[in-house]
Amino acid sequence: MRRFVLISVPYLWLLTLFLIPFVIVFKIALSDAALAIPPYMPTMKDGLSAMFSQLDFENFVFLTEDDLYWKAYLSSLKIAFISTVLTLLLGYPIAYAMARAPHEWRATLMMLIILPFWTSFLIRVYAWVGILSTEGLLNRFLFWIGAIREPLMILNTSTAVYIGIVYTYIPFMILPIYAALERLDASLIEAAEDLGCSRMKAFWLITIPLSKGGIIAGCFLVFIPALGEFVIPSLLGGSGTLMIGKVLFEEFFSNRDWPVASAVAVILLIILIIPIILFQRNEQRQQEAEG
Amino acid sequence: MNRLSSFNVVSLTFGFAFLYLPMLILVIYSFNKSKLVTVWAGFSTKWYGELLNNEAFLDAAWVTLKVAVISSSIATVLGTMAAYTLVRGGRFFGRTLFSGMIYAPLVMPEVITGLSLLLLFIGVGMDRGVMTIVLAHTTFSMCFVSVVVSSRLATFDRSLEEAALDLGASPFQAFRLITLPIIAPAVVSGWLLAFTLSLDDLVIASFATGPSATTLPMKIWSSVRLGVSPEINALSSILIGLVASGVVIASLASKRNSVRLRFEERTAERL
Repeated sequence: MRRFVLISVPYLWLLTLFLIPFVIVFKIALSDAALAIPPYMPTMKDGLSAMFSQLDFENFVFLTEDDLYWKAYLSSLKIAFISTVLTLLLGYPIAYAMARAPHEWRATLMMLIILPFWTSFLIRVYAWVGILSTEGLLNRFLFWIGAIREPLMILNTSTAVYIGIVYTYIPFMILPIYAALERLDASLIEAAEDLGCSRMKAFWLITIPLSKGGIIAGCFLVFIPALGEFVIPSLLGGSGTLMIGKVLFEEFFSNRDWPVASAVAVILLIILIIPIILFQRNEQRQQEAEG
Repeated sequence: MNRLSSFNVVSLTFGFAFLYLPMLILVIYSFNKSKLVTVWAGFSTKWYGELLNNEAFLDAAWVTLKVAVISSSIATVLGTMAAYTLVRGGRFFGRTLFSGMIYAPLVMPEVITGLSLLLLFIGVGMDRGVMTIVLAHTTFSMCFVSVVVSSRLATFDRSLEEAALDLGASPFQAFRLITLPIIAPAVVSGWLLAFTLSLDDLVIASFATGPSATTLPMKIWSSVRLGVSPEINALSSILIGLVASGVVIASLASKRNSVRLRFEERTAERL
């Protein structure tokens, strides 16, 4: 009896507030705009057969016809991909240096990496607005050292979005790579060097392959949330940067077209399922390798 | 292994500068006299004063705090129950679905979670406000709590619990006297994580709320969309200060706790 309560309370909570809402999103994505314009009335009470007979794929057809959505999906994928690569290039050396730091520093270094994660995400993104704007600190600094004569346009371009994503998600890249590198047996590298490997070659042949699990985990942890990102493109990207999270938000709050917003959400979910499954496979493989 | 090459030193310096300089600049400019955020015009604390007189911000801060305390507390209870079920529950009907529902919200884009919850609240005709934000925040943060707690549960020595049961404790007593004290650090950090997630959330709260409740991130959002303002800098600095001191205190406490725990375990082994 007690076990039943223990299982069923969180179970029912998640069913009602996580799973059922998704069913509703699917249902609305497949229903007519006229039916669903606010005040919206879900017609569940007509029974299941009525519900299914009303379904149509009009909203999805609409998404394929209007190239705004295609462009938004493609540019989200592109932005998420490029920023993941940039985060890896920047994060790996940091994780590597952390793993090589003296033991007594490591806990502090770890805390310094995690600390920004506890501070408000919104504030961290906002901090860049004042730095990147045309009369911002970066432009003033570059002008002062004489590197530029005309202020650079960075804010409201995709460059600002890359900076924002790298900045906010880099802890997610550093931590799994650091975890993998810290476990790495240093004698393997010594052995390789004793056997005549150059340091660079030992790095490519031993360190990189042995930290592969961490690299993959870090890339997914950056790529997956970056794909549906809303705050960063809205605040730093300006009107020119299309990302699907932003389109969804605007579709919902500005255009108030709920069926189309739901259809956008369904497609975003379908795109995300592939990396999520790959990520979970990778995690399982890691666990098996350790156990 | 313990030698840092100059390349390592450079990457650490650069990395931490990258992480902390923007926030440092934000804090410095909150003490700027000028309304223009990028021009330094002398030291002043007037923006902090204005912030304290801004009713709208104070109201939003109060709503946010209320939501965060309530939702993280419910989420901690539910998340601990879920973790216990996942690690100790054995097999039950729909276990795969259950663990899927625990892990999915961790990677779900906020816009989708928010949208789906709003459609649910409207579907059942609920008045949107503080209550619906609490429900929304509890739902996603209980999953984070559950992940934190279950990793602790998975590593702990089960024979301690079994010994208590053998010695005549009821399952509930065994949980309260043995399991809970051991997983307590994880439960506390789960609560803290849920609390900060709730404090921080903009997207899900924007979907879940109605006209009656505005949270602090929503208030910040509507004013930063218009550009940089020194008042927001002041508010951000206060939040950064609170979080930084909170994290430092929590990590010191957990360090002391783990030292004590290790000491107790070692003493127990010797006995």
